[in-house]
Amino acid sequence: MIKLLFLPIFVITLAVPFFNRTTPTLFGFPFFYWYQIVTVAVGALLIYIVYLVEDRDLGDDA
Amino acid sequence: MTYPVATIVFLLLVGFVLILGFLAGRWKAGDMSHIVEWGLGGRRFGTWVSWFLLGGDLYTAYTFIAIPALMFGAGAIGFFAVPYTVLIYPILYLVFPKLWKVAHKHGYITGPEFLRGRYGNRWLALAVGVTGIVATMPYIALQLVGMQTVIGALGLPGHIPLIIAFAVLAAFTYTSGLRAPAMIAIVKDLLIYLTVIVAVIVIPEHLGGFAAIFAKIPPAKLLLAPPKAGSGGIYTGYATLALGSAMALFLYPHAMTGILSASSPKVIRRNAALLPAYSVLLGLLALIGFMAVAAGVKTMPQFAAGFAQYGSSFAVPALLLNSLPGWFAGIAFGAIAIGALVPAAIMAIAAANIFTRDICSQFLSPAGQARELLLAKLFSIVMLVGAVAFILLIPNSYAVQLQLLGGMWIIQTFPAIAFSVFTRFFNGWALLAGWAIGIISATYLVALNHFAGSIFPFHVLGYTLPSYIALATVVLNAAVAALLSLPLNALASDRAGDETVAADYV
Repeated sequence: MIKLLFLPIFVITLAVPFFNRTTPTLFGFPFFYWYQIVTVAVGALLIYIVYLVEDRDLGDDA
Repeated sequence: MTYPVATIVFLLLVGFVLILGFLAGRWKAGDMSHIVEWGLGGRRFGTWVSWFLLGGDLYTAYTFIAIPALMFGAGAIGFFAVPYTVLIYPILYLVFPKLWKVAHKHGYITGPEFLRGRYGNRWLALAVGVTGIVATMPYIALQLVGMQTVIGALGLPGHIPLIIAFAVLAAFTYTSGLRAPAMIAIVKDLLIYLTVIVAVIVIPEHLGGFAAIFAKIPPAKLLLAPPKAGSGGIYTGYATLALGSAMALFLYPHAMTGILSASSPKVIRRNAALLPAYSVLLGLLALIGFMAVAAGVKTMPQFAAGFAQYGSSFAVPALLLNSLPGWFAGIAFGAIAIGALVPAAIMAIAAANIFTRDICSQFLSPAGQARELLLAKLFSIVMLVGAVAFILLIPNSYAVQLQLLGGMWIIQTFPAIAFSVFTRFFNGWALLAGWAIGIISATYLVALNHFAGSIFPFHVLGYTLPSYIALATVVLNAAVAALLSLPLNALASDRAGDETVAADYV
């Protein structure tokens, strides 16, 4: 069930109308660009959480 | 020589890596007379080597040239590479540790081999295997195009350097197998990280910072155009392009080979969390296309010939030559060229594994261990020579079109490969029928687009939904496979042909 954490990854990366805008900017980057780079980090973090939880439950041979 | 320092650094780096390829055969030594050692590195690669290998495998020279070129030419749509390379990792995590386990248990070294074991159906395996080989050939050819662009930018003459590099590549792929690209990938990736990090620090400084760079991008290119009423517009195009590309990526034989060479499923799961580091890199790299716009390289007289010959693909080489010291441009070009060698080697090996295990031994003549290995090695050379011939004899634009088609075709193996690690609901023949419908409909729709566009405006209930053709047709493929499986399972079940059991997957 912990794998349900993957669902938000699909939502945040595919919500195009939401992030197709220029403001707010960050370090000179329009929202469209910095938001999508942030989704990389969020995606990696969610996968890492799933990995940690499954690893704790399953042990070494998983 | 137009750029002596850059050229010398470039040649030294590429030469060093080609020597490394031969030495790699002795690394993590194994019994090199067995195809699992040659074609899968003996399934010995741990977390870090797999990270470099898969990074080098998936983020190729073509990517590094084509994505910034797309940003340079078309603007924001090119940034789909970022959501695309975010979405590949949940898919990797969900599907491929299971595939690794069943492959390890039964000694499979290719995706099609798994399908043959799962469905007892060598025709399904043949279809998936041939799809993989056919989709791989233009992919290797495009690596050469990437390499050609930087060689051309340095002003080196003709096709000779390219042919030499690929001849050496073929030789060490023959002797060292998958260990060669694995070792080279480490050098390549370190150079690529170095290049991109330096480029995104140094170049914006010349151009007055990122805000100034974005300010120079025409508004129509800075964002996606808002859709008209009654249409999903480029919004659905962008989202389906990202999702469909992500579903297709790990179905390519070279990606599958990279995954199956991991030493455990844990290595794969860990890498699903670690590999996104490359996606950040790709996002920054994409922005180099915008930097090229802001720097105005297109109108500089010294690059006019390059743009005339290579089009937008010349944007990155031109910007690097214009904005960085010669020796560093040499490193960057070396990184791009080596970035072509790594995936080209893995692609050739992966195609060779499929040819040997899924075509030759099943349909021509079964081979013993020694002959199997020899066949695979020879076929890897055939793939590389074929790719060189492709580039020398056929206009590059055909390679681009075939690569586009390749993506449409390879995704049609998704239902068979990805669903089959979770369920045996499907019937092998139904999957084959779905595959055929998918291939035909995708090819037809791409032809309607004159082989130039990958997005097709579908009309659904009075609403226009522009969608990546690959994604739309694989949905049709899966629906056909599911619907046909019901009667086929009832009348002529092939479940008895399944040599795997549920415990093989967990």
